[in-house]
Amino acid sequence: MRKRPASFLFAVALPALLAGVPVAAQDDPHVFRGARLLPISGEPIDDGVLVVQGGRITEVGGADTRSPRGAVEHDVSGKVLMPGLVDTHSHIGSVSGGDRSAPLHPDVRNLDSIDVASDSIWRARSGGITTVNIMSGSGHLMSGQTAYVKLRDGARTIEDWLYCDDPLNGICGGLKMANGTNSIGSPPFPGTRAKSAALVRNLYHEAVEYRDKMAAAEADEADENGGGPARRDLRMEALVEVLDGRRIVQHHTHRHNDIATVLRLQEEFGFRVVVQHGTESWKVAEELAAAGVPVSITWIDTPGGKEETMGWNMEMGAILERAGVDVSFNTDDSVTDSRLLFRAAAIAVRYGMSREKAIEGLTLAPARALGLEDRIGSLEAGKDADFVILSGDPLSVYTKVEQTWVEGTMIYDRANPDHRKYAVGGYKVYNMTVHEDHLHRQLLERETR
Amino acid sequence: MKRLGTISFFVAAVLLAALATTPTAAQVAVRAGTLHTVSGAPIENAVVIAGADGTIEWVGPAAEADIPDGVDVLEAAVVTPGLVDARSVVGLSGALNSNVGPVRDQDQLERSSPLQPDLRAIDAYDANETLVEWVRSYGVTTLHTGHGPGALVSGQTMIAKTRGRNVEQATLLPVRMLAATLGNAVSSNFQSPGTSAKGIAMLRNALHGAQAYLDQVRKTEEAGGDGNGESNGDGDEDGDARPAPQPPPRDLSKEALGQVLDGELSLLVTANTVAEMASALRLQQEFGFDLVLDSAAESYLLLEEIREAGVPVLLHPTMSRVRNGSYETAAQLADAGIPFAIQTGFEGYVPKTRVLLWEAAIAAANGLGMERALEAITLSPARILGIDDRVGSIEVGKDADLALFDGDPFEYTSHICGVIIESEVMSAECR
Repeated sequence: MRKRPASFLFAVALPALLAGVPVAAQDDPHVFRGARLLPISGEPIDDGVLVVQGGRITEVGGADTRSPRGAVEHDVSGKVLMPGLVDTHSHIGSVSGGDRSAPLHPDVRNLDSIDVASDSIWRARSGGITTVNIMSGSGHLMSGQTAYVKLRDGARTIEDWLYCDDPLNGICGGLKMANGTNSIGSPPFPGTRAKSAALVRNLYHEAVEYRDKMAAAEADEADENGGGPARRDLRMEALVEVLDGRRIVQHHTHRHNDIATVLRLQEEFGFRVVVQHGTESWKVAEELAAAGVPVSITWIDTPGGKEETMGWNMEMGAILERAGVDVSFNTDDSVTDSRLLFRAAAIAVRYGMSREKAIEGLTLAPARALGLEDRIGSLEAGKDADFVILSGDPLSVYTKVEQTWVEGTMIYDRANPDHRKYAVGGYKVYNMTVHEDHLHRQLLERETR
Repeated sequence: MKRLGTISFFVAAVLLAALATTPTAAQVAVRAGTLHTVSGAPIENAVVIAGADGTIEWVGPAAEADIPDGVDVLEAAVVTPGLVDARSVVGLSGALNSNVGPVRDQDQLERSSPLQPDLRAIDAYDANETLVEWVRSYGVTTLHTGHGPGALVSGQTMIAKTRGRNVEQATLLPVRMLAATLGNAVSSNFQSPGTSAKGIAMLRNALHGAQAYLDQVRKTEEAGGDGNGESNGDGDEDGDARPAPQPPPRDLSKEALGQVLDGELSLLVTANTVAEMASALRLQQEFGFDLVLDSAAESYLLLEEIREAGVPVLLHPTMSRVRNGSYETAAQLADAGIPFAIQTGFEGYVPKTRVLLWEAAIAAANGLGMERALEAITLSPARILGIDDRVGSIEVGKDADLALFDGDPFEYTSHICGVIIESEVMSAECR
């Protein structure tokens, strides 16, 4: 997932050529001077300088950093500049996954459903989010393959947003799994927690056998003894990617015993997994730390709404941090609003989390949770030039996201009324409210029940 | 605001007072770095003395304060009045959000009929619901709660203090408004009304029916006082055979609607679109009741009409899930001079209820500013609810309801470090 897709270069370069703008202009270095930089990977730099070129960060330094020749200068003194936010769990873009015909859909790709023109994308952009794990819901044990996307400007199709080089064969995201009450239902859905786990285990054991069979078939081919390639099984292929650690499981789970079940599965099959929500993860913090399993918290303001979230604990960020768990925050948009991801970290700090880890939980920690930490999540030379310019302290309610940049291109500008409206809302700004969006998805997931 | 102190209220209040046991109030003093009285300018280095009778005894600069010996003294960087949630369903709607199984805690909407003005909030309020303690821990000391949106008339609302072991101890006013809803939100819960227009027609018919009921009751009263119909007591010696008018059979629904027509109860109308709000204003013109607009998502498109009608607004929580809502509506209402308050409303999923402080915070950060946002969750709702003689600001004689903070109450990273209700320290740890 390192190389930028060719389609991206195409999307940027071609319109530029057509518009008669010299392509070289795209490559001019941009210098952002005077802001307090929060590199995440290092200490904050007051009166810092960020240099970007060709979509990448080329330099991060203090006030004495010199501008390259021909650089476009941006005076951002008095502002705070930090990496673009990474949301590990979101349902923007009218995403859909598996249907009600079965509880397990490892072959279903979320990327086949995402609408890049959806206005919900603007909730994320105006909230300072630059990378999103868009995924289907928790009404299935496996609802689909998720899509890791970069909210680049001017996208025409999902290809323009993906991290993978080859959407036809590459690994373009994680695998959404769920346990607990959401994925329980009438047949063919499991009726109990234990049955949920049994269905999942059976399928993974099938995948282990499939992997062995494919390896044997490959060996046969190498021997040129015939046998031929085994028939492709798209469901098994995705699960083998999980077994091989190349596709990360993004696992919806709330209660401590359901989290323990996730850890048990992880131990049995050795996959990489991120606990999503993890409402009661604070009760099993030591176990999560020992297993090296990160938690991505969806921040809610009160316990309840359903039985599984009665154990919500405002101190969970601090408890997990102390135990050594890698903590990030997500919006679960539309459960919470993409415009308000910063507040999750801020309230976690109110309840004892360190400022450093909380802000890392918006940037580098979620980048790790998606396996994208080599490209995004911090301000470091060589990384993607994805960043936000804030009016002040990222943890203050009064602070505004002024600009959001992706790969050296501004994708959101609060000074532009056509963009600003998405930050505040108003008459017919959004086609669906987050609440309607949520109900709509629930209907999609449950309509054939 | 029309008269609230009606006989029925008075009787109920006396009964409730008799049932309630006096909570443990004692004299307590609070030192504040900054004291937001809300009724006046903030005072730096101030002291509030809460009396043993549960009311504020003294407010002023610390230099002039005479704190009696032996009185507990709390300290906080910022002190505000206890918060007033202008509209909520907490206590009727519980955290679990369950309508099935052994624990059913969703009593804010009865779906058996679209018009049920006879449902009383006090018959459903659970003072021990965990959400009550939760909202109190974030500074809410007074709750306007009751039946939720979703029916043409879903029932009555009440005002509670967020303390007490039972509804009798918690109640400040047993009945305050009648909750009505216009538009599609009703049609999704009932076969009929299936349209907004039908809903208005049903509501008008019900109000005219209540008017007829009132007229009949009055006619009876004028004719015979008690309405027994046996004798009108005027010693009519010529033996006029005309029987005295009979009172109508007692109808609790019509009585409640009649109280709206008489101005004893406000009609709280949940309306979000321009059409819904305009319908509410039209109904008010027709029947002349005391209208309070609830939620009012698109009120920014109807500022002049709302101001001219003199109608207050209980605005939806700012982090709205309401169609066409805006973070800036609160500021627009304030700039237009429309009395408004910010509420937590109703949540059908997670989170189960909103935190008033954080809803007002978003409004504060989007044009309203800190002080006006504080007013929108203290004195302004107290005025709209007609309880500003008791709560909403820090003034001598008012209930000693206070919230203590270690910084700007709206900053996420600040903590609330104490909540006091009628001089009783409910909590004193920072959270």
